[in-house]
Amino acid sequence: MTGIIKSEPFVINIGPQHPSTHGVFRIKATVDGEKVIDAEMVMGYLHRSMEKLAEERTYTQNIPFTDRTDYLSSMSNNLGYCLAVEKLAGIEVPPRGNAIRVIMAELQRLASHCMAIGAFANDTGAWQTPVMWAFREREKILDIFEVTSGARLTCNYMRIGGVAFDLRPEFEPMVRRVLREFPPFIDEMEGLLSGNEIFIARTRGVGVLTPEMATNASLSGPMLRGSGIAWDIRKADPYCGYEQYDFDIPIGYNGDSYDRFIVRLEEMRQSLKIIQQALDGLPGGPFRTEVPLALRPPKGEAYARIESPRGELGYYLVSDEGPSPYRFHIRPPSFINLSALKEMTVGGTVADAIVVLGSIDIVVGEIDR
Amino acid sequence: MTPFLVSDKWYDIRDLGNLSREILEAADRILPFGVVYVLAALIGFVASFLLFVLPSQLIVGVYGERRIIGRMQSRLGPNRVGPFGLLQPIADAIKLIQKEALTPTRADRAVMYIAPIVFVMPAVLLWAVIPFGENMVIADIPVSLMYFLAVSSLPVIATFMAGWSANNKYSLFGAMRIVSMAISYESPLVLALLGAVVMTGTISLSGMVAWADEFNIWMVFVQPLALVIYFICVSAELNRTPVDIAEAESEIVAGYLTEYSGMKWGLFYGMDIGYALAASGFAATVFLGGWTFFGLEQWVPGWLIFIAKTHLFYFLFIWTRGTLPRLRADQLMAFAWKFLLPLGVFNLLIVSTERMLWSEQDYAKGLIYVFALVNIVLSVALVYAWARFNGYRPEQTPTRPRLVKQAGGYIPVGERS
Repeated sequence: MTGIIKSEPFVINIGPQHPSTHGVFRIKATVDGEKVIDAEMVMGYLHRSMEKLAEERTYTQNIPFTDRTDYLSSMSNNLGYCLAVEKLAGIEVPPRGNAIRVIMAELQRLASHCMAIGAFANDTGAWQTPVMWAFREREKILDIFEVTSGARLTCNYMRIGGVAFDLRPEFEPMVRRVLREFPPFIDEMEGLLSGNEIFIARTRGVGVLTPEMATNASLSGPMLRGSGIAWDIRKADPYCGYEQYDFDIPIGYNGDSYDRFIVRLEEMRQSLKIIQQALDGLPGGPFRTEVPLALRPPKGEAYARIESPRGELGYYLVSDEGPSPYRFHIRPPSFINLSALKEMTVGGTVADAIVVLGSIDIVVGEIDR
Repeated sequence: MTPFLVSDKWYDIRDLGNLSREILEAADRILPFGVVYVLAALIGFVASFLLFVLPSQLIVGVYGERRIIGRMQSRLGPNRVGPFGLLQPIADAIKLIQKEALTPTRADRAVMYIAPIVFVMPAVLLWAVIPFGENMVIADIPVSLMYFLAVSSLPVIATFMAGWSANNKYSLFGAMRIVSMAISYESPLVLALLGAVVMTGTISLSGMVAWADEFNIWMVFVQPLALVIYFICVSAELNRTPVDIAEAESEIVAGYLTEYSGMKWGLFYGMDIGYALAASGFAATVFLGGWTFFGLEQWVPGWLIFIAKTHLFYFLFIWTRGTLPRLRADQLMAFAWKFLLPLGVFNLLIVSTERMLWSEQDYAKGLIYVFALVNIVLSVALVYAWARFNGYRPEQTPTRPRLVKQAGGYIPVGERS
C-alpha cells in the first residue's frame, strides 16, 4: 500500500492463546491492515510423543492412547487402531461386534459434528447460541457412551476382536431417543444458520478450495467432499460391514466454508440413517472374539483406514513378533487437512482466516499427537 | 373522568419533581443557606439510582441480559448469588474491584488510565436531555437531538485511546476497526433521524414526545424504516452483535479491551450497557412516543412507561445478540453505504413529501394515519426491492448439499450423479 501515510505489514500471532484456535495452535499471520498476506502454521504445543510411547506398550495397552489423540471422537480412533491390529494378526470380528462398532462410530460422528458446527458458528460470531444448542444434543450421545463404556469422552470401548462390553438394556431406548430428537435439531440449526444472510455473507466464497487444491493436499473428509469430490472411505473401502447399509455421500458445490458446513449437517442426517439400519438389524451372538492378552502378531505390517468425522484416519503398524508394535504411526486427518490452511487464508482478512480455521474443524490433540 | 390524582401535589408521583420540591422547600426552612443544594444533589443521586440505575443498568442490563441469553442458549444463567441470582451484578462488581488493573510495561500509561474515564463521561451526559416525564428532564434544551448525537459519538475517541495505548496488536485492530467504521454507520443514522425531525418539525426531544402525544401516533408507525436503520446503526455504534466488530471475541480476542482488567475493564463493560440503555431510551423517546402511552400516562406515572419502553427496546439488543452471527468490517461498511444510506434517503424523500401534503389543521389531521399505513407498506417493499437491486438472491444459495450414492472422483456442479 502506498500513499501519504507510510504503512508496513506486521506479524500478528493468532494463538496459541486465542479464543478461536480450538486448543493450542498458532498461526503466525503477516497482515497488511486487515488483509492476510502470509500465514505460517506453528504446531507442536500439545505433543505427547504417542507414537514412540506406543512402541513400549502391548497392543491392548495402546488403545487408551488412541482415545487421547482426537479426543472429540475417541470411538472412531479406537476403531481405527483395532482394525489395524486385527488386520495385522488376522482376527475376525463377530457380526454383533461389527454392528455395535458401526453404531458407536456413527454416534461419535454425530457428537463430533455437533462440536464442529457449533464451534464453527461461534467463529463466525454467533455468540455461543449454536454451540450451546449443539452441546445440548451432544450431551445425549455422551450419556449413551457413559452407559455403555463408563466414560463420556475417552471411551476406550473398542477391543481387539470386538468391543469391551455388550450393550446394556438401556442402550436401545437411548439411541432411539437420539434418532427421534436429532432430526428436529438439525432442522433447527439449518433454520438458524443455513439460511441466515449474515452467516452466508461470512462463509460463502471464503476459504475456497478447488478440487485440484483439495486432492493435491491429499485432504479427506468433509473438507474434500465440500469441494465436490465424492470420496468416503465407508463407500470406497468398506470396513465393519458398511457395505450393507444404505446411505449417501453429501458433496458441496464450490468448496468454500459454507459448503463444508452444509456437508457436515447432511452427514449427520446420513449417520442417523446408518444408526437406524444398524440398530434395527442388530445381530445376536458374541460381541468379541477371544484374543490372547499378550498378543504377538506375525511379522509384517498393516495399514487400516476409516472415515473418522474429520476424514481419513489411518493407523500403520509394523510387528516384529514382539508383544508391542515395532512401529506405530497415525495418519491424522486434521493434520493433513490443515496443510491447505495457507492457500485458503492468504488474500482474505483476519476475520476470514478465523472462519476458515473453524471450517477445517481441527483437534489439536490429533495434530500434535 | 379525570385522573384520580391531582397534579402539583407532593403525592402525585406522576411527576417526581413535586415530591423533591416539597422536601427541599421544607429543608430550606430549617437548614442554613446553601446546604439544600447538597441535599438536592444527594436526593437526585439516590432517586436516579433507585429508579433507573438499579432496575435498568444492574437488573436488566447485567442480570437480565445474562439470564435471557442463558435461556436462549438452553442454559440457566446466573442463579447462585442471592434470590434467583439477583445479586450477581454486585458480586461481579466486588470481584472486579478486588482485581488488579494491570498495565502492560510498554503501554502508554496516562492514556490507558484516562480512556475508561473518557468513556464513562458521555454515557452519563446523554441522560441529561432524555425526558422521563412531562417535566422530568434535566436539561430541556431546544437542540437536544443534536446534543444527543454529538455526545454519543464521543466514546469512539475513548475506545481509540484504549486500543492505541495498550500497545497490543489486537487492541490496535479493534481501535482501527471502530474508527474506520464510525463514519459509515453514523451517516445513515443521522439521515434516519432527520426524517423524524422533518415530520415533527422540532429538534427537541420533549417536542417530539409532545408531537406523538398530540397526534396519538408514534413515529415508528409513520416511518418504520427509520427505526430499522436506527437500530442497525446504533448496534454498530454500541459494538453489539451482529456488528460487534471492534471487540469481536472470536477474531481479535476482545479488541480494544484486550489488555484491560479489573475495574478499568469493569467501567467499559458497565458503560457499554449504559450506552445501550441510553440508545434504547433515545429510541423510545423519538420512535415510541417517550413517556406517553395513548392517554395511559394520566393514570400511570410517565417515567414508568418510559422505563418500560426503554427495556422493551433493550430486549431487541439482547435478542439479536443471542441469535445472529457477526458481519465483517468491510461488509458492514458496504451495507451501511450501499444499503442503509440510500434507504435513509428514500425514507427522507417519502417523509418530506408527506410533510408537504399534510398540515396540522383539524381537517387534515387524520391524514397522518393514512400516511402511516402507506409508509409501512412502502418500507417493506423498499427494503425488498433495494435488496434485490443490490444483488440479494437467497434462492441462489443452496442450503442442502448434493447427494451421491457411489464414491468416485470430482463431480462438477450441474452434473447428475
